[in-house]
Amino acid sequence: MPISYFLVLSSLLFAFGVYGVLARANAVMVLLSIELMLNAVNINLVAFSAFFTADGVGGQVFALFVIAVAAAEVGIGLAIVILLFRNRQTVDVDDMSYMKW
Amino acid sequence: MAETWQEIVFSIIALVMALAGVRVVTTRNVVHAALYLVATLMGAAALYIMLFAEFVAWVQVLVYVGAIVVLMLFGLMLTRAPIGTGDFDNDQRLIAALVAAALFGVTSWIMVHAFAGQNVEFAREVGTTSRDIGREVFTKYVLPFEVVSVLLLAALVGAIVIARRDLGIQGTPEETS
Repeated sequence: MPISYFLVLSSLLFAFGVYGVLARANAVMVLLSIELMLNAVNINLVAFSAFFTADGVGGQVFALFVIAVAAAEVGIGLAIVILLFRNRQTVDVDDMSYMKW
Repeated sequence: MAETWQEIVFSIIALVMALAGVRVVTTRNVVHAALYLVATLMGAAALYIMLFAEFVAWVQVLVYVGAIVVLMLFGLMLTRAPIGTGDFDNDQRLIAALVAAALFGVTSWIMVHAFAGQNVEFAREVGTTSRDIGREVFTKYVLPFEVVSVLLLAALVGAIVIARRDLGIQGTPEETS
C-alpha cells in the first residue's frame, strides 16, 4: 500500500487539530486539539521511517521523543489551566487577554 | 492478497480515527472530547502496529491513553469547569474551518504528488524490536534522551510549583479557602 494513505490521514488529523486550536474556547479543549496535532506528526514520523529506512528505528525514536515532550507539555498546560481557573474562575481562552496588547 | 487485507484494515482504522477526530473538535462535552481522543489515539497505536512499530504502539497506549488522557480528565475534575453541554466554540469557527480545510488541501496535495510516481513499499518485513530501539536510544540518540529526561524533571517541578496552592510571596501562605 502506498505511503500517501498514511500521509493523507495524518494531514487530516493535523487539520482537525488546527481547527480545534483556532475554534475552541475552552483551554482544555485546546490542549486536546494540540494532542491531536502531535499524533498526526507521530504517524508521519513512523510511516516515513517504516517506508524509507532500512531498519525503521530513527523515526520511531523521534516519535518516542515527541510523546515524552507531549507528556511534559500537557502536565504544564494543565497546571496553568488549573491556576487560571483558581484565579479567574474561568477556563475560557478568550477571557485570558489581559496581557494582550 | 495480503495487500488487499492491509488496505481494508487501514481503511477501517482510518475511518474510525477520522470520525473520532472530528468529534474531538466538534463535541459540546469536554469529557466526551477526551474519550473520543482516546479512540483516535488507539487508532494511531493500531497504525503503528501496521507499520511494524510495536514498541511505539505500546508506548502510545501506555503514555497517551493511560497517562495523558487520565491527566486531562483529572484536570477537568479539578477545574470544576462547566463540563456538561455548552458552547465551547468561539466566534472564529468559520475562519478556523477555512484555515483547516486549506491546510489539509495543501499538505495532502503536496504529499500525494510528491510520492505519486514511486511505488514505495515497506522497507522491512519484520518488526523493529525493543532491543533495536533501546540500542539506538542509548548510543546514537543518547544526548536527546538525556535532554528529554531533564525536560521531564523540569516539567514535573514546574507543574507542582505552578499548581500548588500554599506558595505565597515571602513565605506567607495564602489563605486556603
